[in-house]
Amino acid sequence: MTDYDASEFLLLSGIQHFEFCERQWALIHIEQEWEENVLTIEGSHLHEKADDPFIREKRKDVLYVRGLPVHSSKLGLTGICDVVEFHKDPNGVPLQNEEGSYLPVPVEYKRGRPKKDQSDISQLVAQAICLEDMLYCKVPRGELFYHETRRRVEVEITEDLKNNVRKIAQRMHEYYARRHTPRVKTGEHCQSCSLRHICLPELLTKESVARYMKRMLAE
Amino acid sequence: MRRLLNTIYVTTPDAYLALKGENVLIIKDDETIGRVPLHNLEAICTFGHQGASPALMAACVEQNIAIVFLTSNGRFRARVIGPSNGNVVLRKTQYRISDDEQKSAHIARHFLVGKLYNAKWTLERMTRDHALRIDVEKFKRVSAHLTESMKQLMTIDDLEVLRGVEGNAASAYFSLLDDMILQQKQDFFFKGRNRRPPLDNVNALLSFAYSLLSTEVGAALEGVGLDAYVGFLHRDRPGRMSLALDMMEELRSVYADRFVLSLINLKQVQASDFLKKESGAVLMTDDARKKILQLWKDKKEEKITHPFLKEKISWGLVPHAQALLLARFIRGDIDAYPPFLWK
Ligand code: SF4
Repeated sequence: MTDYDASEFLLLSGIQHFEFCERQWALIHIEQEWEENVLTIEGSHLHEKADDPFIREKRKDVLYVRGLPVHSSKLGLTGICDVVEFHKDPNGVPLQNEEGSYLPVPVEYKRGRPKKDQSDISQLVAQAICLEDMLYCKVPRGELFYHETRRRVEVEITEDLKNNVRKIAQRMHEYYARRHTPRVKTGEHCQSCSLRHICLPELLTKESVARYMKRMLAE
Repeated sequence: MRRLLNTIYVTTPDAYLALKGENVLIIKDDETIGRVPLHNLEAICTFGHQGASPALMAACVEQNIAIVFLTSNGRFRARVIGPSNGNVVLRKTQYRISDDEQKSAHIARHFLVGKLYNAKWTLERMTRDHALRIDVEKFKRVSAHLTESMKQLMTIDDLEVLRGVEGNAASAYFSLLDDMILQQKQDFFFKGRNRRPPLDNVNALLSFAYSLLSTEVGAALEGVGLDAYVGFLHRDRPGRMSLALDMMEELRSVYADRFVLSLINLKQVQASDFLKKESGAVLMTDDARKKILQLWKDKKEEKITHPFLKEKISWGLVPHAQALLLARFIRGDIDAYPPFLWK
């Protein structure tokens, strides 16, 4: 697999859109159909974190880094990790200005509660791959923290999960290269989709226009 | 489908528009004569020679609210556009189609079929509702002509030929417009279309209604990310909203003509609403314009069932629905552009 150039990077956060609905992802990331431009959101997100006094904090054997920009040329994705915990660990890697070796653990904060689909996990796994590529180390696990339920969910970063993310990233790039907004099976998830007023999911199952014209003109 | 948001029309000719917090202020002679929250606004249309503050323009651009400047006759002057206008992918595809005569013709003929279909059913409605007042046979004849022309249109791939067929059919339809005026005949008559300036009351009304409609269609197209200036049937011409004109074709009779006819036939306008200038130009009084805008607004609230979407929407959303459908076609989600076919 050839590496992507930085100019081709897509937003890592798009993974959750993509897993929710490929069409939704395309509408947001290819067609930029978003009330609030995603890039602006990413920007303000970064800004908030930069203002955070605890941007780098050390407690005992753990170093907490917030708002860490990450990317992977192999995935062709770029994004920001909410928090990466660096745990002192003999299997880890040395860090600039720190003693000993550390193992990174990405922690992603989610406003809501755990979702039915895989998307949060995939996003975390993508972050883990980015960290692995950037630090040349293994990232065996990550954590999801759900604000609404105050629950921490530990996620083991398995080879299967990573392969799945690689496949997703590849598909995202294929669509992006063709600037293609896929048609998809519509369903219950459309009810909660914020883009349904421009997607018009009903339209994807409508009679053809050719038939419509024929029918109307015949009357 | 999106909700129908509000459009405010500022008809006071020398008012100035400004921003205060989240409100538009309408200021005249240093006094605030109106205040409208931006929230839930879709567009601000101002008639006459007023201005608007840059702060208001910026706020509107950010919140996707169109500011449209019109002359006091309702002719389009300018619209404020922000720094980025959305969907580049969609626009590039639109331009590519526009550069391709044959692809353009395929869309254009659907606009025109829509136009003739709606004209036909405007005539058919008259024969049904007012059979005793009109020459039914004459109406049926033109109606049949329109049906024939539609069939013909569907087989044509050439823009010039399309225009020819449409031109004939349209003049046949217009030949009956005067017959559809059933009240106040001494003050309202139609001998043919004239504009810039309109020379009689009916033409003044038609011009006004068309410009309201084109403004709304233009805004709807831009709202879904299309370029209202790049058309398929109407070719590019500087400053002309060609695509808005294209899409307007199918709505003219059913939206604007019927509106004008009902103003006259229901005696919602009178001869005293018009002024004749020395030059022969006919102008509407300020009060008439206000009254008509209110009725236009009322019409926009009326509900219909969209023939293709089969969804109940208000008349005011029809331009938006058609713009969405066109964008959907250009994006490749549907096999063709479905015109709004009214009955
Ligand atoms: S409405 Fe349904 S099909 Fe359309 S983008 Fe949303 S989830 Fe996907």
